Amino acid sequence: MNNGVNNGDIIQIRDLRKTYRVGKVDVPALRGVDLDVEKGHLLSIIGPSGSGKSTLFHIIGGLTPPTSGKVVVGGKDLSAMTDAERTRMRKRTVGFVFQKFNLLPNLTARDNIAVARYIGGTDARPEPEFEEVLRLLGIRERLDHKPNALSGGEQQRVAIARAIVNHPAILLADEPTGNLDTENSKAVLEVLRDLNRRLGQTILMITHNPEAAAYGDSTVHMRDGRITERT
Amino acid sequence: MRSLLSILLIGVPVTLILCLVGLSHGFIEDSQKRARGIGADILMRPKTSSFLSLNGAPIPQQLVAYIAKQPHVKMATGVFSVAAEGITLGATGINYHEFAQMSGGFRFLSGGPFQKPDDVIFDDYYANQTQSHVGDTITLLNSKWHVCGIMESGKLSHIVLPIDTLQERTGNQGNVNQIYIRVDDPANTQAAIRSLKDNPGLEGYPIFSMEEFTSLLNVNNIPALAGFIAVVMGIGVVIGFAVVCLSMYMAVLQRTREIGILKSLGASKSFILGIILSEAFFLGLGGTILGIVMSYGAAALIHALKPASLPMIIVYEWWPITGAITVAGALLGALYPGLTAAAHDPIEALSYE
Ligand SMILES: Nc1ncnc2c1ncn2[C@@H]1O[C@H](COP(=O)(O)OP(=O)(O)OP(=O)(O)O)[C@@H](O)[C@H]1O
Ligand SMILES: [Mg+2]
Repeated sequence: MNNGVNNGDIIQIRDLRKTYRVGKVDVPALRGVDLDVEKGHLLSIIGPSGSGKSTLFHIIGGLTPPTSGKVVVGGKDLSAMTDAERTRMRKRTVGFVFQKFNLLPNLTARDNIAVARYIGGTDARPEPEFEEVLRLLGIRERLDHKPNALSGGEQQRVAIARAIVNHPAILLADEPTGNLDTENSKAVLEVLRDLNRRLGQTILMITHNPEAAAYGDSTVHMRDGRITERT
Repeated sequence: MRSLLSILLIGVPVTLILCLVGLSHGFIEDSQKRARGIGADILMRPKTSSFLSLNGAPIPQQLVAYIAKQPHVKMATGVFSVAAEGITLGATGINYHEFAQMSGGFRFLSGGPFQKPDDVIFDDYYANQTQSHVGDTITLLNSKWHVCGIMESGKLSHIVLPIDTLQERTGNQGNVNQIYIRVDDPANTQAAIRSLKDNPGLEGYPIFSMEEFTSLLNVNNIPALAGFIAVVMGIGVVIGFAVVCLSMYMAVLQRTREIGILKSLGASKSFILGIILSEAFFLGLGGTILGIVMSYGAAALIHALKPASLPMIIVYEWWPITGAITVAGALLGALYPGLTAAAHDPIEALSYE
């Protein structure tokens, strides 16, 4: 390869553009993003509201196609994928964690995790090694509760467990601490860092909070649909 | 809550279908049983009658004696039947002596045979239904009658009257509208029928063996009924379809966000569609089961109120039929909401409040 792309990079993005069409108006959400992320990296993304952070995640995670540009995730080019192929990719290649936890409200924590296993196409019961992850997340004792019986921090840690139960190449966390108090935020951020350090999980994390961003190996700053600097 | 209401709404037409089918089968079975209880081998009916209705020119009563003299015929008796209440309940005038000889007589639960010209015999069903007892005076066919006996049901009719009085009071002197014939040996039934049919004096009268006649009594031979059942079934399907469509559409709206979550986890369109369809399947199944349960309730109610006029039975063969139709309607109804859900944009669904 002679285009400067490192083969160890699990994410390679070149001149990515995304334009939403709202009525007759084009809303450019991403205006030429270049980004490489190494395997095993914990990357923080920070930027003002509307700068395109979530849009970037949605594209990397295959929830929406790019308008133009090249997006290679885990060796697969997303810009060439059909809807169905992106759906398949979401099963195993990426895991999402959202600001609003997004657990299924009628299912216990355990069943929320099992649903992800089931959709991912594996046996609904996680492997025995997953017990270790649950201990690390500190939710092993809370698995038989439904989300409304769990604290925000616990819900978010269940959501993290669900996101990684299929061993995705990348974990995408969109403001995972946005709805949490300081104490719970700290717990979740430490869990993410532990997953990264101990299991080598590649993690991209959006945050508004510079303190949270400091948990990352590096930080990308976004503004008006572009990456302005990487520190 | 939404599901329970849907199941109830789906169950109601299921009950309706099952009641309709149960009533028509019950009516037929009841008629067949009573026809078999007569003890006749051959039946002759008025010239222009259909096998379900006795409309048309009656049969002159003199023919009874004539038929009794034909080959193989052991005895014949004429009866005169009229509609007592709607089309499902008839009253029949008989020559008590002749009829008792043919059928082996009634089994009386109380009272006994006619003593006076204005006596009437009820069967236990009709006596229960009307709360009548021996000794009561009742009004039937616009005249007064005196209940002289209550018999066990299953023979000829629910209401039995002396034929002379009935003929007189309805202005049908000298007429009968069915002649029951007993042959010397059941093996000679066909031979007797042939000779009766060949007899020029009886030309044009429909003559059946009792066996043939009871087998003609079935649901498919009642002209309007099959069509009516089809219409009620159609209504059932439409209701099932509409209920499930609305209910699942609501469900899809309510769970937009959850659908988004499943999609973010990698659920495919067919997976989402599958969830909606399987829920609709269970709604349809639940509705069918509830409908069946309610049909038992309806049968019990009808049995308590009108056992003689509306003999309803439970027809098991119709359970899978109504079930399949209801489930098919439900699945069809879930298709549109299901496809809508499957087509949801995951990002929009996730940001749905
Ligand atoms: N589905 C959509 N349809 C139309 N416009 C959209 C859509 N999603 C995002 N946008 C627009 O794209 C731009 C970037 O939005 P995005 O959600 O990526 O920003 P963000 O950086 O995540 O902001 P925040 O910090 O508030 O979450 C915004 O102007 C937004 O209004
Ligand atoms: Mg955002």
